[in-house]
This record gives sequence, structure tokens and C-alpha cells, in this order.
Amino acid sequence: MNAVFSIGSMAIRRNAPRFGAIDRLAPHSRLAGPMPWVIAIMIALTVIAAGAGLALRNLGTNAGAEIAGGLTVQILEGAPAARERQAQAAVAHLRTRQDVAEVIRVPEKDLEALLEPWLGRQMLTGDAAIPVPALIDVRLQGPVTERRLEELRASLKALVPSARIDAQAGWLGPVFDALASLQWLALGLVALLAAASAAAVWLAARSALGGNRETIEIIHLLGATDRQIARLFERSIAFDAAIGGLAGLLLGAGALWLLGSQFARLGSGMVTGGALGPADWALLVAIPVAGVVLATLTARLTVVGALRRML
Amino acid sequence: MTGEGGHIVQFDNVGLRYGTDREVLSDVSFTLFPGSFYFLTGASGAGKTSLLRLLYLAQRPSRGVIRMFGTDVITVPRARLPAFRRRIGVVFQDFRLVPHLSAFDNVALPLRVSGVPEGEIRKPVADMLTWVGLDQRADARPATLSGGEQQRVAIARAVIARPEILVADEPTGNVDPEMAVKLLRLFEALNRLGTTVVVATHDVHLLRKVSDSLIMRLDRGRLSDPTGALRYPPRPEVAAR
Repeated sequence: MNAVFSIGSMAIRRNAPRFGAIDRLAPHSRLAGPMPWVIAIMIALTVIAAGAGLALRNLGTNAGAEIAGGLTVQILEGAPAARERQAQAAVAHLRTRQDVAEVIRVPEKDLEALLEPWLGRQMLTGDAAIPVPALIDVRLQGPVTERRLEELRASLKALVPSARIDAQAGWLGPVFDALASLQWLALGLVALLAAASAAAVWLAARSALGGNRETIEIIHLLGATDRQIARLFERSIAFDAAIGGLAGLLLGAGALWLLGSQFARLGSGMVTGGALGPADWALLVAIPVAGVVLATLTARLTVVGALRRML
Repeated sequence: MTGEGGHIVQFDNVGLRYGTDREVLSDVSFTLFPGSFYFLTGASGAGKTSLLRLLYLAQRPSRGVIRMFGTDVITVPRARLPAFRRRIGVVFQDFRLVPHLSAFDNVALPLRVSGVPEGEIRKPVADMLTWVGLDQRADARPATLSGGEQQRVAIARAVIARPEILVADEPTGNVDPEMAVKLLRLFEALNRLGTTVVVATHDVHLLRKVSDSLIMRLDRGRLSDPTGALRYPPRPEVAAR
């Protein structure tokens, strides 16, 4: 009989351990339910939304940096000789200024090549040719401000009355506004998807609680703490979230890579500026990790909340 | 830890009702002393299981005061209750084994909940299973065990962690008379080591099998005290145990 109670010499802790073999008692049905697939879809959509947001941010930043000091001077003179003379005077004047970093006269051949598909060859050559303004691409030292623009206009007007100066950033203002809106939209989508994922985990945890009520009650009456019981579910849901998150990351990253390579084939400088860098990819890889943390926390809060209704 | 009068459990005017029904326990007052052996008897529906649920902290009473281990367990913060539950072993009437765990793991459950290292679990659990005659069925799941075998696993689980109080609800209801006596001997052995044992039963033959046992009788939710078990201060021979 004494052998039965050899446990008497064993130190039984009356306070629950933080970690222990009770974790093995969870009734795991890993990968059996829809949870990993739901999480995979959520993570894939989140990765795509976040990737799109990051690409738009990169695009805006690169394009903005490129045209930050950019100006376009148009010589709006109908007579070709006068136009040529004024264009040369404008270029010469701009090159003398300390605040101008670069002045490039856009060659007439390039302008004709741009317009030819729209107007036809006959409209651009000969006596009947329509007058095309001379274009000068100017880059200032530092960004273009309204004050600097006004001062440049005033100095050029005296020499070249037909000159018209526009900041390149001004034309693209609405485009940048649209890009910013799309970035906010992407951020909103990421937040909504995170909320939807948390709701899905909440439902799964409640369903698991219902399905294992008997086991939970027994473990509870044997003296398990809420934290110990919650950990059983956390482990199970964290495993599902990790598998789903990995699958979602692969799906989302694959979709982004495919889209990126298709956009790259457009050969547009502006679109290329939206390419994702290593830091962006690192952020996207962190999404499933955040997903696992979110799922685990949601499971813990759900289970602990339900257990608090028991004595 | 015991209460001021040396008691381990004290019920004072405890009443219990489920919802708005009439009380299933009324004005229940008694004290249990460390190392004593109590039988709780009464007809079906007398309130035995309800009283035991209060004892193993599955339920709060509707009124009255319950002190266990020197603490008022009605007002104690909920977070402290698991520590009290680990000091109480329970044999449920319907066994309540965890269906997806083997007999071994079911018996080991209280030790794992208490954080006993895995290396210190195997031997006592194996010894306990041998003692209840289930060493050959250690890997069997509850669904593959007979009613008697399940009951023995439930009893092994209740006593494995050497609880200070053992509460058993009809623990011999599904075993043959020979095994019933053997299980009572296990309870007695545990009792001799200082555990307070409370066995609910309607089997009057069982009462005679444990010498020095004290009897609490429930009749329609009210308690009577045929052996003076519940008297406070206790009789000298009860207090001396």
C-alpha cells in the first residue's frame, strides 16, 4: 500500500506553474478545420494590400524626389526665328543663375517625335506646320517654392516675353493626391483584414471552447488556472495561424511579384519607382508573424473571457 | 492550514438553489475535521451531489458561509480558487474522464496541472494504476474501458496527488463488491495519511465497512447528524483524530 503513496515525497506545487506538461493535454485537431485556410486567405489579402500601399508610397516618394526641383519653360512664340532666338536667350540667362542646377533644351526632333503620332508629319513640317513651343527642362538647386517661381518668372519675362514657366510638381499634384488616397485605402484594408482575422479567430476559439467544454470543466475542477487552460487553445490556434500565415505570405508575395514583373515590362520610369525594396519585403514577411501574435492574443482573450463565467 | 477550531471545512447556514426553483440545500451547517472519514448518505435527490459540488468548489452557495482551509471561499478572489481545488481530490459520479487521453494520462492529469515534472510522474502513476488493477490498461482510452474500469481510473486520478480532502460521489457504484472493498481500503489508507475523506453513497452496507467513520445524512436538502459528526465543538474522540 505504501508504494501507492510514494508520491508523498514528491513536491506538488500548489501554485500553478507558468509552463508545464498540461500543454500536451489539448485536444488538437490541427489543420482539420477551416481556420488555417481562413487565415491563409486573410494574410494573402493583407500582404497584397500592404504591398500595394508600399509600392504606391515608393512611387510617390521617387516621383516626388525626381520632380521636386523641376521646372518647364515654354517659349510660346509663333514665329520660328523669334522662338529660336528667345529660347537661346532663355537658356543663356538660366545658365547664368546660381540657383539653377541644370538646363536642358528639349530637342525639336524629340518634340516632333512625340507629337507626330497625334498630329501627323504634314502638320509639323513645311510652311503649313503648326507652331510648337520650344521646351526647356530646368532643375533648380533645392525644391521649387512659389516665391522662387515668381522671382524666376519676373527675371525671365524681361528678356523673353513669351516665356511661360510651370513647376513640374504642380502638374502632378492631383496624381500625388490620388496616390496618397490609395495609400490610405490600402492602410484601411489592412486594418479591416486584421479585424476580420481577429473575428474569425474569436469564432474559432468559441467553437473550440464549445466542443471541448467537458474537458475544460474537468481540468478546471482539477485546479487548472484560466491561464493554463487558455494556453491549450493558444498553442493550437498559433499553430494554425503559423501554417495559414506562411501559406498566405507565399500566395500574397507571389501575386505581388507577378504584378511587379508585369508593371516592370511597361518600361515606364514612374512605375519602376514603385518597386518594393528589401525593407518593404521584410515588412511584408512580418505580416504573418503579426497575424500569429494577433490570433494568439485573440484566442487568449476569448478563452479567458469565457472561463471567467465559470466559478 | 485549518480553521480556528481545527476544522478543515465549515459550512454555516448554507443554502443552494438553482435559478428560481426551491432550495436544494437549506440551512446546512457542519464542520469537517482533518483526518476524519465521513459518509454522506441520503435518498436520491436528497442533495448529496449538490453538497459535494459546494465542497469541491464547482458551485457557490446562494447563501451562507463556507470556510475551507481557514479561508472564506465565498469571498476569496476567483483567481485563488485553483490553488484550493488542487488540495481537493474528486471522484465524480459520472467519472468525467478526459476522452482523448489514455488511462495513464487521465491519472497523471492532477500532477501535470500542479506542475510536477514529467520525470516524477511516471512511477507514482504506474504504481497507482497497478494498485487499482489497471496496469495492463494504462494506454487504453476511456471509451474502451468498462464502467468499473473507468471508475477505478477516476478514483486513481482523485487520489494521485494526495489531496487534503477527498470527495467521492458514489465511488463504488459500478464496481464489484470485492473491488468496492479494495477501493474503500485505498480511501482508508489515504485517510490514515491525514486526508479528510467524504464519500457520498446510498449503499448502507458500505457504511459498516469503515470503522470510525462518521455519518452525515441529507433529507430533502436538510442535514441530520446521526453520529454527532457535525457537532461543534467536536466530541473529544472526533477532535482527537
